[in-house]
Amino acid sequence: MKGQKTETKVDSALIERLEQKAKAIRADIVKMIHKAGEGHPGGSLSAADIVTALYFHFMRIDPENPDWEDRDRFIMSKGHACPVWYSALTELGFYPRSALDTLRKLGSPFQGHPDMSISPGVDMSAGSLGHGLSIGVGMALMGKLDKRDYTVYVLLGDGELNEGQVWEAAMCAAKYHLDNLVAIVDYNRLQIDGPTDKVMPLDPLGDKWRAFNWRVFEIDGNDMTQVVEAIEAARKRRGLPSVIIANTLKGKGVSYMEGQVDWHGGKVIDDSLLEIALNDIQGGE
Amino acid sequence: MEKIPTRIAYGQALAELGEENDRVVVIDADISKITGTHFFARKFPERFFNVGIAEQNEMGIAAGMATTGKIVFASTYAVFASMRACEQVRTFIAHTRSNVKIAASHGGLTGTTDGVTHQGTEDMGIMRTIPDMTIIMPADAIATRKIVRELAEHQGPAYLRLTKIPMPIIYDEETDIQIGRAVQLRDGDDVTIIAIGDMVIRALEAADLLDNNGIRARVLDMHTLKPVDKGAVIKAAEQTGAIVTVEDHNILNGLGSAVAEVIVENRPVPMERIGLRDTFAESGEYEELLEKYGLNTRHITEAARKAMGRKL
Repeated sequence: MKGQKTETKVDSALIERLEQKAKAIRADIVKMIHKAGEGHPGGSLSAADIVTALYFHFMRIDPENPDWEDRDRFIMSKGHACPVWYSALTELGFYPRSALDTLRKLGSPFQGHPDMSISPGVDMSAGSLGHGLSIGVGMALMGKLDKRDYTVYVLLGDGELNEGQVWEAAMCAAKYHLDNLVAIVDYNRLQIDGPTDKVMPLDPLGDKWRAFNWRVFEIDGNDMTQVVEAIEAARKRRGLPSVIIANTLKGKGVSYMEGQVDWHGGKVIDDSLLEIALNDIQGGE
Repeated sequence: MEKIPTRIAYGQALAELGEENDRVVVIDADISKITGTHFFARKFPERFFNVGIAEQNEMGIAAGMATTGKIVFASTYAVFASMRACEQVRTFIAHTRSNVKIAASHGGLTGTTDGVTHQGTEDMGIMRTIPDMTIIMPADAIATRKIVRELAEHQGPAYLRLTKIPMPIIYDEETDIQIGRAVQLRDGDDVTIIAIGDMVIRALEAADLLDNNGIRARVLDMHTLKPVDKGAVIKAAEQTGAIVTVEDHNILNGLGSAVAEVIVENRPVPMERIGLRDTFAESGEYEELLEKYGLNTRHITEAARKAMGRKL
């Protein structure tokens, strides 16, 4: 782990519980996308450990009262990875398990990209890239104004950092000292047309955020211990917004998807691929 | 006649509203002295946010703010609100039905000498194609103040179009102005002139000139472009048999289009449209621009005669 120092000592039982949960989430992701016939498994799987840690350890939410004013907020700015979010919300009881079979179907709460107007637990619609951090800034500003102590988490894709609006928002978050705002970059280094290094290089990514006056944590985003330590440190109020640059593997947990740009989206998980995927996930570390 | 830019009336109204309603927050993009939001900023610095020259970020932040139960007024110029930040407005303010009021100064040719970059002449058309977006352009300072109050009570997204230049006061404080309800300023049965925003005063002048020649023109202030007051349009078609629309905007997808849609589906009558003839304008004084681009009082009277002449 690079960047800012974390001070937490993490309980191994917690990590084990979260790792098991992440497996369940990953299994739900591939099952959902298999059933839907399309979707974005690569970026859902890379973010599974981050989303699991947030929803099953850190976030203060209430499935019985999704609009609770003091809840922590989560914005999935990389909205195409919503299967990971839908899985987590379903595991928490926001939706019946049968909803998982309806991804992308007409009338489903699980739209192809998240829609807050019809989906409880979805704090903001997403899907068009580059918007989420601005929205998170708006929520965090109001948290400060209303003296509520919620934290706003924004999950960003690496490719979407190509959008200039992300940096407008980054500048603004530092201006207003939004230490109730935590951005997490799912840095799996692949976007639709290829490696981020080729399409639009981002490195040195930590330095970019530091130059915008953010606290920066650089971790292995598929190592649950590091994920938990980083979020624990980032959510502490230190007068500046925090970003966790989570170095991840696209397709993490499914052998034939790992590091394969083609599994960003657009490919079908057929019955035999589903079986392999579920075996990989159950057998994986 | 007293003249006030409606952007200034907007800013003053916001400052008053801020006192009565602590849910009101205001966001601007480095033009608060021009949009009028500085009046609010001075009184309520903790509820005013200046995000610098970043309108896309501004609209995203506004959407985020609105999720916490706030009434958000987001100010910039019409060109930037409707085009630079168009997708932010469409997907994150309109589709989410966020309680964000986008206040856009420099509507139409009121951008005057600043030229095309600062003349919002397509903005209403763009906004009109976005579902759930309410669109309003008040004619004067009094109507603006009343509409700002109405907007604070109105739930959901809205686009408020304002003028850079001073507009003559045509209303008095007693006038009832409600979102979605056209105001009949003159009665008449020969023709109806339906105008919006800075064109309402021109419509009144045109009606006076027509009256001098024995033509009784009804004048409607269609301050709310969307939802357009269908009842008032149909009644005008039925009772006057000819309609002229007048807008400081491209002729496409603004007031003329909205009124035409209502009459072709309900009560077809001859109709003429006044507006920019699908062209960009240029730098110039307001009066010069209206004359060159065919939006002046005499163009309205000519259109009224033409529409009347086409009556069956």
